[in-house]
Amino acid sequence: MKATNIADPNYFHKVVDCQWACPAHTPVPDYIRLIAEERFTEAYMLNWDSNVFPGILGRTCDRPCEPACRRVRTEEKPVAICRLKRVAADHKGDIADFLPRVPKKKNGKRICLMGAGPASLAVARDLLPLGYEIDMFDRDPAGGGMMRSQIPAFRLPADVLEEEVDLILNMGVNAQFGYEITSMKEMLDMDYDAYFVGTGAPRGRDLELPGRQEVDDHISIGIDWLSSVAFGHTSSISGKVIVMGGGNTAMDCCRTSKRLGAERVTVVVRSAFDVMKASEWEKEDAMSEGIPIINNRPPKEFLHDNGKLTGIVFECVRPIPDGKGRYRYEPSGEPDVVMECDHVLMAIGQENHCPWVERDVGIEFDKWDCPILDEDTLQSSHPKIFFGGDSALGPENIIWASAHAHKAAISIHLMCQGKDILKDRPPEGVNLISQKMGVHQWSYDAEHDDAKRFLVPHANKRKALDNIKIEVELGFDARLGLKEAQRCLNCDVQTVFTESLCIECDACVDICPMDCITFTPNADEPELRTSLTAPAENDEQDIYVSEELPTGRIMAKDEDVCLHCGLCAERCPTHAWDMQKSVIHTPQLGSYAAG
Amino acid sequence: MTFVVKPRVRHPLLPVNELGLTRRDYEGSVSTLCAGCGHDSVSAAIVQACAELSLPPHKFAKVSGIGCSSKTPSYFLSHSHGFNSVHGRMPSVATGANLANRELYCIGVSGDGDSASIGIGQFAHIVRRRINMLYVVDNNGTYGLTKGQFSATNDKGSTSKKGVPNLYEPIDLVSMALQIGASFVARSFSGDKRQLVPLIQAGLMHKGFAFIDVISPCVAFNNHNGSTKSYDYVRDHSERLVSADFIAPGAEITVDYDSGALEDVAMPDGSTLRLRKLDEDYDPRDRIQALTQVQRSAEAGEVVTGLLYMDADAADCHDVLGTPSAPLNALDESVLCPGTEALEGVNAQLR
Repeated sequence: MKATNIADPNYFHKVVDCQWACPAHTPVPDYIRLIAEERFTEAYMLNWDSNVFPGILGRTCDRPCEPACRRVRTEEKPVAICRLKRVAADHKGDIADFLPRVPKKKNGKRICLMGAGPASLAVARDLLPLGYEIDMFDRDPAGGGMMRSQIPAFRLPADVLEEEVDLILNMGVNAQFGYEITSMKEMLDMDYDAYFVGTGAPRGRDLELPGRQEVDDHISIGIDWLSSVAFGHTSSISGKVIVMGGGNTAMDCCRTSKRLGAERVTVVVRSAFDVMKASEWEKEDAMSEGIPIINNRPPKEFLHDNGKLTGIVFECVRPIPDGKGRYRYEPSGEPDVVMECDHVLMAIGQENHCPWVERDVGIEFDKWDCPILDEDTLQSSHPKIFFGGDSALGPENIIWASAHAHKAAISIHLMCQGKDILKDRPPEGVNLISQKMGVHQWSYDAEHDDAKRFLVPHANKRKALDNIKIEVELGFDARLGLKEAQRCLNCDVQTVFTESLCIECDACVDICPMDCITFTPNADEPELRTSLTAPAENDEQDIYVSEELPTGRIMAKDEDVCLHCGLCAERCPTHAWDMQKSVIHTPQLGSYAAG
Repeated sequence: MTFVVKPRVRHPLLPVNELGLTRRDYEGSVSTLCAGCGHDSVSAAIVQACAELSLPPHKFAKVSGIGCSSKTPSYFLSHSHGFNSVHGRMPSVATGANLANRELYCIGVSGDGDSASIGIGQFAHIVRRRINMLYVVDNNGTYGLTKGQFSATNDKGSTSKKGVPNLYEPIDLVSMALQIGASFVARSFSGDKRQLVPLIQAGLMHKGFAFIDVISPCVAFNNHNGSTKSYDYVRDHSERLVSADFIAPGAEITVDYDSGALEDVAMPDGSTLRLRKLDEDYDPRDRIQALTQVQRSAEAGEVVTGLLYMDADAADCHDVLGTPSAPLNALDESVLCPGTEALEGVNAQLR
């Protein structure tokens, strides 16, 4: 193998699995260390800088970081990264001094943001400190988009949402709420320097089945229903409720129904339990509230009595694994089942949908009616119009909206400066900083903590089910947060090897608790992977390879299960190994870290 | 040394031996030796050797004297019996342990000071007595614990860290062991586990006194340019004579296309020791040739390594003394104290 180029920002970035998996590339280990030092405000700001909504995401994020966490591979359960983010948000102090200054004198460029959801807000946050004038339009009466309308208060309290939304609005956004955008042409006529579409995926899918039209009064589209609950238009639901769908919206619908007085709530899913789109913890929470989830039941027909819904007929199927982690379904042979119900909440998916964009304004759409975008710039085929969040690439999580927003903000800024939005983008970068403080002192807590993942305390279940506004998860307190923070392996503190200093004494090989390090004759990667001290079977993780050493061998380190405990550096007599913190520079405007 | 304890967590794919143990189960407590000390590599080689042999840790007696080397039994096989004895007196304790319980695998770890200076008398006599044990000397040619004075194995002309040359001839423990009757003599290098691990395995399985002189650089005091026991010097001047591959009983013997003449030796436990002679003319069963070769190489400034001599059919101390096959510590009172009648019989013989 060729020697690893550690100057490539992606090399060590990939080693920080959580940061690599995070769409916004939040420097996770960095903020976890700040939490461990009880520097909650700084931990919060590091998050705010990168993902814009730490308090909200600390409660609602889809957590792509957690399955990626190295602890899944070294033990079993990941660090509770998401809930630690919430610890930072819950315990932070006054952040006013940390916020970027917004200049009074504007730079003369006007930007139009459509939608007031996470994507638009994040774009506003990135552009305001650079002097842009930001106008924001949304049909809802308040900002936040789907964070306000679709996430129920028992998961995301209103004050947490409003704090982070208002923080941005108060930076100087000219927001026009209750403004229903009906025509892109009309918006273009306002002659802004750039447009950002962040209107989400607001159309919930419906299901055309026999009887559907007749029972229309008893069927609600999940996201619309959640929205009407959020804005206070709906405050109760009665009788037997069936929620159809297996995603997070379905989980929110069933738990909300339970709180609004439904006699009985059942979730019915056409597919198998383990392939449901809902996050593991959302399913667990719904079930722990006594809501049954019935799988492998595709619906066939709505039954009614003169337009009054009485039940749904479901077919019974069974999943057959196709060997690729998915299933195909075949009839199980059991007779169809009829489930009685009075109301149906339809949560079977949603679409990004912009009926208000005239098809002749210069934006091209693909065959799925999605705008065609440049993935690096998020520019549409109309040079002044950018997309982000769910309206760009379909329904995703809030964290994607933040990530899109950073990209789009860079594009908008470059365009307004008359630069090339692709070629002039700021590069990614990496800095390596030695963490050695003394003979046996490191500036991070290197010692491995073998504690199991701590559980987040929950509110009393009876009280929580009584009131939709009572938050179910109470969050870690500072003490538990500190304990959980200790589980982080500090994967951003890298093992950096200097060939010229190595005397090949084997001290690192002998001490490495995970058998990551091998000194061996060089070979091609597949062969090398089998000839290491412990087999390197995880091809997704790189092998760190040195230049040839005096004995003709190379140092090969499997990054897969390295604990970053620093024992190799601790035992190295010549400082050939050093623990160096990799600071990954993800391009972003108005960066708090950079300023 | 380090203060950070090695975490207990291990690689999820670490091989498990016949006893269901991984290599990590054969480790000891955290080493307090200097970072990069060759002795730690020797300990790691012992750990690897014992794990691969699937030997039960509680069947080991590890004994040592005083010195950096003699601290190392703490750093391997934490679930075995151990005795850290007086300076240079490890052979007495090893002899006692082996006589009392011949079923234990006995590993003695000593250093050049412990065996070639204060303990040279004890060393000579345990070799003579052919105690069935593996005697490892971590040989760094210096008194590391007292900050780097020349030891008795330091080569004449080799310099101290400050550049002062050694004025005296070295004691070569390998030659001594060959001369006095060791039935297994090897020399290796702490930085070459591929060679060292099979030698340790063969030494443990060998019946009789097995001696391995391991050149183990002292990174703190004897790893400089004027040293003949530094990592660089040993790498540049070592001459491999006979490689030994240890093949467990019943394991498939694969054909080795490497080089040299192969010779398989059956070991008492049913395993096979495959010797690969890198010098065709060398016969590891010829004690005189071994002695000559070691001396000649030393004269030329070369360090011969590998399995230098082995007598697979040698008698050990228990054979010489004709002790019963059961361990002495397992004999009950009726056997040990057969009564007045038996005593009178013995007395009668002496009249």
